[in-house]
Amino acid sequence: MIAELGAFALILALALSVVQAGLSGAGRWRRSAILAGAGEGAALAAFLGVAVAFAALMHAFVVSDFSVSNVAANSHTEKPLLYRVAGTWGSHEGSMLLWCLALTGFGASVAGLGRGLPKGLKALAVMTQGLLGVVFLAYTVFASNPFTRLAAPPVEGRSLNPLLQDPALAVHPPFLYAGYVGLSVVFSFAVAALIEGRVDAAWARWVRPWALAAWALLTVGITLGSFWAYYELGWGGWWFWDPVENASFMPWLISAALLHSAIVTEKRGALSGWTVFLALAAFTFSMLGAFLVRSGVLTSVHAFAVDPTRGVLLLIILGATAGAGFALFAWRAPSLAQGGLFAPISRESSLVLNNILLAAATMTVLLGTLYPLMREAATGEAISVGPPYFNLTFVPFMGALMLLLPTGPLLAWKRADAKGVVQRLVFAAAIAIGVGLLALALIHPRQALGSAGLAMGAWLILGALAELAERTRAFRASGAETWRRLTGLPRGAWGMTLAHLGLGVFVLGACFETGWKVEAAETLPVGGQLDVGAYHLTLDKVEGVDGPNYDAERASLTATRGPNEVCRPQPERRFYPAGGQTTSEVSICTVGLSHLYVVLGERRGGAGDPVWLIRAYWNPLALLIFLGPVIMALGGVLSLSDRRLRLGVGRRRAESPA
Amino acid sequence: MRKLLAIVGALMCIAAASDPSERLADAGQEARARAIFREVRCLVCQNESIDDSQAELAGDLRKLVRDEIKAGRTDGQVKAYLVSRYGEFVLLKPAFSWGNAALWGAPAVVVLLGLGLWAANLRRRTPEGELSADEAERLARLAKDDAG
Repeated sequence: MIAELGAFALILALALSVVQAGLSGAGRWRRSAILAGAGEGAALAAFLGVAVAFAALMHAFVVSDFSVSNVAANSHTEKPLLYRVAGTWGSHEGSMLLWCLALTGFGASVAGLGRGLPKGLKALAVMTQGLLGVVFLAYTVFASNPFTRLAAPPVEGRSLNPLLQDPALAVHPPFLYAGYVGLSVVFSFAVAALIEGRVDAAWARWVRPWALAAWALLTVGITLGSFWAYYELGWGGWWFWDPVENASFMPWLISAALLHSAIVTEKRGALSGWTVFLALAAFTFSMLGAFLVRSGVLTSVHAFAVDPTRGVLLLIILGATAGAGFALFAWRAPSLAQGGLFAPISRESSLVLNNILLAAATMTVLLGTLYPLMREAATGEAISVGPPYFNLTFVPFMGALMLLLPTGPLLAWKRADAKGVVQRLVFAAAIAIGVGLLALALIHPRQALGSAGLAMGAWLILGALAELAERTRAFRASGAETWRRLTGLPRGAWGMTLAHLGLGVFVLGACFETGWKVEAAETLPVGGQLDVGAYHLTLDKVEGVDGPNYDAERASLTATRGPNEVCRPQPERRFYPAGGQTTSEVSICTVGLSHLYVVLGERRGGAGDPVWLIRAYWNPLALLIFLGPVIMALGGVLSLSDRRLRLGVGRRRAESPA
Repeated sequence: MRKLLAIVGALMCIAAASDPSERLADAGQEARARAIFREVRCLVCQNESIDDSQAELAGDLRKLVRDEIKAGRTDGQVKAYLVSRYGEFVLLKPAFSWGNAALWGAPAVVVLLGLGLWAANLRRRTPEGELSADEAERLARLAKDDAG
């Protein structure tokens, strides 16, 4: 009964989205506040409809209603509650429903929060959001309905893939999808502005918070996914340049570019055409990501819910939506105002370079992901594009970007004084080079590339701090004056400093881990010993363990460094009878910012004493790899809380009695 | 479902290359072998290198590479041998060839295009605030008139 309610609510939401698009459009062209208001009401109602449908599906998962085929295929009564809840978005159908929930949720937010927006622009944005809702809800209802019933319900479900039964992965899709779909708002604003024929500073200011929110959510989502891969896939890597990772990385790169170009449009009225182009491209890459992940055209270690026939439908949606957006762009963009002029050395130019390099980096990711498909379609020859390609193309572009990054915020608008910037950064540069040289001289084994990476990380962090010192006149004015300036800085400024600092922290961690990780593997009997870096591991015992929905073998080891015990890792090897799968549960000891990473492999040795394959990694500063992006996302959130960016805040102030 | 199992099966193939039973005695040769493994695709896996994969075929390929290295072949010879047996698909780093010109060249084209547009934008008009030669001359004349 509840499942039928969900199915009904979903169809209702589809109808309401049609109404939303129709009424908002009519409201814009007839200049009728009543029609536009009704369209906004429909947007809120459509969101409620999808929310009811989502709750109904979640209910079916929680109570294990196996008469719903999606639940039967993806859940199991023995599964812990968290993973039954997470099962709601663990399948293709469920994840499309999550996508629709986010899409209508953002549509309702634009309708509800955008009080300060011009009426025409807002109605058009709500209309576009409604049209997107129609497309994706229709796809969900007709091609991917999660509420289909089974005539003969099974007694037990087939369970969720055990690899996905993990806390980080349970919350990874909601963040990622909210980020993907958050970019739909940016897309809708771009379409609305193109129809209105006006892209100005005010428009950029309205778009920025949405782009910022989507970017921060994507950052968190990608980091969670990467962290999951790090400890769940069990070989100590955290980024594989896998198509599915690339699919989420491209919208991130483009939204990062958008955030920066929107600043130029907001402050100087320049680059408006390019900013609109990026706004359209960002959601296009989101849809491309959904298509790549869901269609199975690319082989990937992460593709779990794959169906080629639906892929064609998703491709049509992608082509039609993006095609319409870019056609509108081609038609209207030439009439956009050109905006302020700037000199070769200026804040504007630095942001243009940022955008060129981010666009090129996105291009490498896009080509690396799709080129094998294109070449095979064109010539029939199969080739592979793997990590070595990205290391040779993506990394240099990002290196150039990071080299330039600290100069950007120190440059003045319109025309800057290059000498002044060099003077302000000379200390940061000197220390960064010093860090690199020290690393080269002191850290064994000697790694030129790794040392250069450390210098780069230090340069980014020190550059962010130098910019902060400049803003607060630290070391030049009195301490009290600096403190006054420091506390008076707008949150947006802090947000930028944190985001840039976080990137530096990430680079530091990534380069240290990549350059100096140590790997060791040995088959050990109980009592056997293994050295990894400075650490010494002893296998104390291996025992059987009964989990809620799995049986496991658990190894207990003692890790020592010199005479001191460091920790007692307990890696497991789990067998899930429901799906007949085996997974390994990595044990990670955090030592400072570094990880001692221990994996239990298979049992070997026939008749005699059994031995186990134990694999251990010393991943120095690995924690920074995940901490850096978290700092970046925090920077985004802080920036989002800046009063200047809050939607309609001035309006509300004016309305409320003092 | 069978596909899912295949994927999971491939996933469970974890960092097999470090397996002590496969290792070469000579540490230098072993390091060279590992470097090659990272650039060779496990042909039956979901986008993994043979360094990571525990699939049977990946194990065979590792043995092949290790045997070739032990027999004194250079890295280039080993890779060429793999390509002759399995095609270009086996290399995770695509060859620098005309067929791959778009792959290697397009990002650079994006940068050049971007730089070109930037330069065009810079030259669009004389930046405001900067005087043309004619204006400067007129200003100088006015200043002289004022002084005089």
